[in-house]
Amino acid sequence: MILAVASGKGGTGKTTVSVNLARVAGRHVQLLDCDVEEPNAHLFLRGVLQRREEICVPVPQVDASLCTGCGECSGFCRYHAIASLESGALTFPELCHGCGGCSLVCPEKAITETGHRIGVVETSEADGITLIQGRLDIGVAMAPPLIRAAKSFLDEGAPAILDAPPGTSCPVIAAISDAHLVILVTEPTPFGLHDLKLAVDMVRELKIPAGVVINRVGLGDDRVHAFCREQGIPVLLEIPDDRKIAEAYSRGELAVDALPAYHAHFENLLFRSRELYRAIRSEHHADLRI
Amino acid sequence: MKVVFSTSGNTLDAPLDRRFGRASNFLVYDTETESFTVVDNRQNLNASQGAGIQAAQTVAGTGAKHLVTGHCGPKAFRVLNTAGIAIYTTDAATVADALRQFLSGELKTTGAADVDSHWV
Repeated sequence: MILAVASGKGGTGKTTVSVNLARVAGRHVQLLDCDVEEPNAHLFLRGVLQRREEICVPVPQVDASLCTGCGECSGFCRYHAIASLESGALTFPELCHGCGGCSLVCPEKAITETGHRIGVVETSEADGITLIQGRLDIGVAMAPPLIRAAKSFLDEGAPAILDAPPGTSCPVIAAISDAHLVILVTEPTPFGLHDLKLAVDMVRELKIPAGVVINRVGLGDDRVHAFCREQGIPVLLEIPDDRKIAEAYSRGELAVDALPAYHAHFENLLFRSRELYRAIRSEHHADLRI
Repeated sequence: MKVVFSTSGNTLDAPLDRRFGRASNFLVYDTETESFTVVDNRQNLNASQGAGIQAAQTVAGTGAKHLVTGHCGPKAFRVLNTAGIAIYTTDAATVADALRQFLSGELKTTGAADVDSHWV
C-alpha cells in the first residue's frame, strides 16, 4: 500500500505525520521524501547513506550545421525553452520540461537530446526504515521529474509512505498521483481550512480516497471539523496543540519516541488508514459487481 | 531603419511599457517612411515562463535591429543579442518620447541584462 501525506498549506505537519507513521509501521517500510526542494525527513531519521544517483532530464541539443531556423521547434515548445532565429535555434535547458517534442517536430533532424542534471536521489537506511529522498539542485525550478525519479526507486513489494511537498500544484500531483490513499494534514485555522478545501478538490479530481489529520487541535476554531463532517471526509487523527511535540521536533526527535503516549495514536492512524483503504476498495468492488 | 518599442497601446502617444517580455504590444517604427505597425505580444501576458524569450523572438521576426524598452532580463537579452538587436533602455513615459530620445541619440545601448529573471 502506498500512503501519501499531503496538505494544501505548508507547515501543517506533513513531515511529522510521515516520519512518525514510518516509525510505527515496523520493519521494511519505505519513506519517500518527495519535498525535493527542501527534503527534511532525514533530520529525524539520521540514516546511513546507501546510494546516491544523479537524475537528469533530456534537453535539446541543436546541430547548428543542420538547423535552418524554421521555427517548428520553438512553435511547439509551450515552455519557451527554445527560440528560433534566422541564425538557428537557441535553447534554455533550465526551462525545458524534457518532453522531447522539439526533436520530433524538427524537419531537419537537427535536434538530439542530452542529459541535464537536476538533482540526486539518495537512499539511506535507518532502523528498518528505507528513506528515499530527492534533492533538487540549487537553481533548478522543476521538481516533478525528480519526484517521479525518486518514486521509481520504490520497491513495489513493500509498503511506502510518501511525504508530499505542500500546495496543490504539479509537484504535489507528481508525488501523490499513484498513491492508494492520501492523508491530508491540516490545522484548525482559517488558512488551514482554506487550503484543505483546495487539497480536497485536488484528491477528488485525481479520484484518490483521502482522510484528514487535524494537527494542533486546540488553537483556532471548529470549522475544519465542521467541513470534514459536512463533506463526509473521515478525520483519522487529531493531534493536540502540545508544546512537548514541538520541543521534541526542535531536537530532531520523533514524537512517538520522545512521547510514548503518541505511539498508540500513530499506530491507530496507520490502522484506520488501512481500514479506510480496504473499505473503499471493497465498496468499489461491490459497485463493479452491480 | 526599424526601431521596436514595448508599449501597452498601439499609437505613438501610448505609454512605453517598461516590461519587455510581458508588454501587450510592440510598435515597430520605420524611420525612413516615418510610419509604424503594431505587433501583438499578448500571448505572453499569461505565459508561465519564457515570456522574454518568446517576445525577443517576435522582435527578431520584425527584422528590426533596434529595441527601446524599460528593462530587459537575461534570457531575452541572450536571444536579442544573438539576433544582433541593439537594446536601449529608457524611463520615457510614452513611445513618442522614447522615439524622440532615440532619434536625438540620447539613448545608449545596453551591453547586458539590467534586471534579473522574473523581474516584474
